[in-house]
Amino acid sequence: MSPSVPLQEMIRAIRSARTQCEERGVIQRECATIRAQFRQADNEGRSHNLAKLLYVHMLGYPAHFGQMECVRMIASPRYSEKRVGYLGAMMLLDEKQDASLLITNSIKNDLANSNQYVQSLALCTLACMGSAEMCRDLAPEINRLLRASNSYIKKKAALCAVHIVRKVQDLGELFAPSARCLLTEKNHGVLHGAVVLITELCECNPESLELVLIRWCQCLVISGYSPDHDVAGISDPFLQVRILRLLRILGHNNEAASDAMNDLLAQVATNTDSTKTVGNAVLYETVLTVLDIKSESGLRVLAVNILGRFLLNNDRNIRYIAMISLQKIVGTDHNAVQRHRGTIVDCLKDQDASVKRRALELSLALVSASNIRSMMKELLSFLSSCPPELRSQTASGIFIAAERYAPSQRWHIDTILHVLTTAGGDVRDETVPNLIQLITNTSELHCYTVHKLYRALHNDISQQPLVQVACWCIGEYGDLLLRGECQEMEPVQVTEDDVLDVLEAVLQSHMSSPSTRGFALTATMKLSTRITENVDRIRSIVSIYGSCIDVELQQRAVEYNALFKKYDHMRYSTEWLGQRFLVFVCSTFVVQSAGLSPPICGFPQVCDLLDLLGGSEPPLQSSPALGSTAPLPVGTAGTAGGDLLDLLGGLEPTAIMTVLLSVFSVAPTVSVYDKDGVTVTLSCEKQSDSGLSITLTASNSTDSDIRGFTLQAAVPKVCISSSFSFQVNLKMRLRISYTSQGSAVQDTVQVDSFPGLGH
Amino acid sequence: MIKAILIFNNHGKPRLSKFYEHYNEDTEQQIIRETFHLVSKRDENVCNFLEGGMLIGGSDYKLIYRHYATLYFVFCVDSSESELGILDLIQVFVETLDKCFENVCELDLIFHVDKVHNILAEMVMGGMVLETNMNEIITQVDAQNKMEKSEAGIAGAPARAVSAVKNMNLPEMPRNINIGDISIKVPNLPSFK
Repeated sequence: MSPSVPLQEMIRAIRSARTQCEERGVIQRECATIRAQFRQADNEGRSHNLAKLLYVHMLGYPAHFGQMECVRMIASPRYSEKRVGYLGAMMLLDEKQDASLLITNSIKNDLANSNQYVQSLALCTLACMGSAEMCRDLAPEINRLLRASNSYIKKKAALCAVHIVRKVQDLGELFAPSARCLLTEKNHGVLHGAVVLITELCECNPESLELVLIRWCQCLVISGYSPDHDVAGISDPFLQVRILRLLRILGHNNEAASDAMNDLLAQVATNTDSTKTVGNAVLYETVLTVLDIKSESGLRVLAVNILGRFLLNNDRNIRYIAMISLQKIVGTDHNAVQRHRGTIVDCLKDQDASVKRRALELSLALVSASNIRSMMKELLSFLSSCPPELRSQTASGIFIAAERYAPSQRWHIDTILHVLTTAGGDVRDETVPNLIQLITNTSELHCYTVHKLYRALHNDISQQPLVQVACWCIGEYGDLLLRGECQEMEPVQVTEDDVLDVLEAVLQSHMSSPSTRGFALTATMKLSTRITENVDRIRSIVSIYGSCIDVELQQRAVEYNALFKKYDHMRYSTEWLGQRFLVFVCSTFVVQSAGLSPPICGFPQVCDLLDLLGGSEPPLQSSPALGSTAPLPVGTAGTAGGDLLDLLGGLEPTAIMTVLLSVFSVAPTVSVYDKDGVTVTLSCEKQSDSGLSITLTASNSTDSDIRGFTLQAAVPKVCISSSFSFQVNLKMRLRISYTSQGSAVQDTVQVDSFPGLGH
Repeated sequence: MIKAILIFNNHGKPRLSKFYEHYNEDTEQQIIRETFHLVSKRDENVCNFLEGGMLIGGSDYKLIYRHYATLYFVFCVDSSESELGILDLIQVFVETLDKCFENVCELDLIFHVDKVHNILAEMVMGGMVLETNMNEIITQVDAQNKMEKSEAGIAGAPARAVSAVKNMNLPEMPRNINIGDISIKVPNLPSFK
């Protein structure tokens, strides 16, 4: 009885089950019967049971109890049982199971069996699930089969050898001589297996290349026209493809080999019929080979032209693979691929998601300084209509391209804003700080930027990155917005109430994330120094959040409230209104400024740095990287350096806020030390948006010389963030030492007020 | 290397699943479900290549599939295989099945899963393409089946006789035989008990 009849009855029973539950019941009953029958020692229908079990396994039910039965069946002398046993071994066993070791001996015996089909079963199973130990044990057997037997077994043995070499690299040397002999075979199946084996050997061990070189010439001469292997008019395309792949590996960094292949490749490329799919497969492989080896330029041009033809083909498959190959060479033959840019960009509009993905990657690779504007237009329109899984890739690609090739700042900002409005939810976290940095650096466009962002915010408050940037901008440049004049575009007349309305909407919207709310709250607070009429409204908004559930917001609100209460008198000091503030959003931003250390976003470093001669730097308290969330305002001060708190004066020890350093716009000088004819004057100059230069000039008005003049200056390290328009009283201590008229003088002086930085 | 070969129908029920790398059973089922999910969303006239799902292994793997009537044939391959070549291989596979089963349909695959496995074993071995010549494959498969049948031998004879009789198509005995003008009535024969 063939093993299939009871299997078919079971299948019928399973199919007639009307519900999943019924099916499970049927299968469980069958499994129980099978298990009981496995336990019986001898049994007529063993192969049927195993076949049934394998079917059940395919449907997804557990079948591990069949593993030992597989081992037993493999050892049986009957072919039908062996067949099912080996099939079961391939499906149920793997290297991790102990049972797999038990079949090693059976496989060894079967490999030596006189019946070729039994041998083939053993070879097949070994190739599918042979573990490293099994491979090592059985490798000599396989080698013997490679040389001795008929072609049916040879081809199977060749592929088995490939598996062995993949598992155990060292055994490659064992198979190399046999592999070379196989290349002289006439049977295409054997040739195919041989080429695969040699490919594998070459990939592992490049030295064996040279010996193979002569062989492949003969091999190709032999694989002439063979009607048996004809697929739609092309002689054995599978074998041709394999050989071409092997040629690719041989020629890969090898001048001599590449030269030898040139004629052959040209011949194949021109003679293959490209109207059928099989012809295209061979051509495709030829093109890949030409592009990968050191071929001559004429051949490369031919290859790229073939790819160009593929791109215009109606069959989407061909277009897809053309784009894959172009992707591979876009780095090396950039200009050649640029010629096809138009077609590639058209493929962005194709309906097929796979083609779109390939076209996107290729388009991003083809962006260059000369075509940035037109490419960006295409990419932006693609972004608005692309499938969701490609959105974040498109957005980040656009950002990178814009950063590299932006023709103007305004264009850059426009592009980023466009992306944020279209696909704001899919951009990466660093986008917000990067954009803020970019905006800060283009000071001439502040007005334009804030107007544009206000409009965008007015339309839509759901895209979080956009809302965050817009809030920050409004907080920072709100006065420009309210002034209502803008050179670059039509300004919109905005009242203070409108602005506050928008910010309040963001604060209250359920779509806003906590970090966005933080941005909005801080912006509201910043506006309190820039607007004149609605300060009370701001105060009430801020105080509401004093009892917010979110700890972060609550903390900020409470601190801001404290500012309202205690420091209201400082609000309208003239120096404040006119100044912009440094922005340090990323903790990697470094301030190049006299005496100021890099800012740490996080806890303020209030430390005793009067240890000028001691020199040991207090350890920096590093905070975790903040990324896109707004920097934290901190409640409590550091513990060390209580006297420095006095130095900083005027601020409560329990509520040291994060501060900003204001940038000076004038350069007045003030004398800080004047004694015995030696004077030191100090002047401050704004060097750049982020830099402040303090110049100390020392002069000697005595008659005698001064030697060994040393000047040391120290300032407190403060935490800098973008969230505030407050300033700290910056102090500096100077230690001056010199030798004059034989006596050493040392003096320490403290500079409390800097010109331009008010109290 | 071919990582897996899956055949499932339009509703996602697996008809054949062959994995050339080991996964546990739950993962295998998950792979089948995910592959079905990806492949069933595709239109008829789009290309046959899909970037693979996450489960079966990341960026190097692609799904190459063909849709025939109610069945999807999906090969999951890595970058060392030629995509167009695999597409041709699927075609050869289906043609071989057609030859072996005489106008193959889904039911054939359902009830003869083991035969399909045997045919597949002659074409793909250990994740590598073994033989692509249809006639060669069929010759080998037939020889193996013959061997199996001959091995069943005497023990199988009664069962074979039973199935032969079941399948015999006896025509109905005619009640009236008309030979030209003469009309002979055949008497009712007594029935045997």
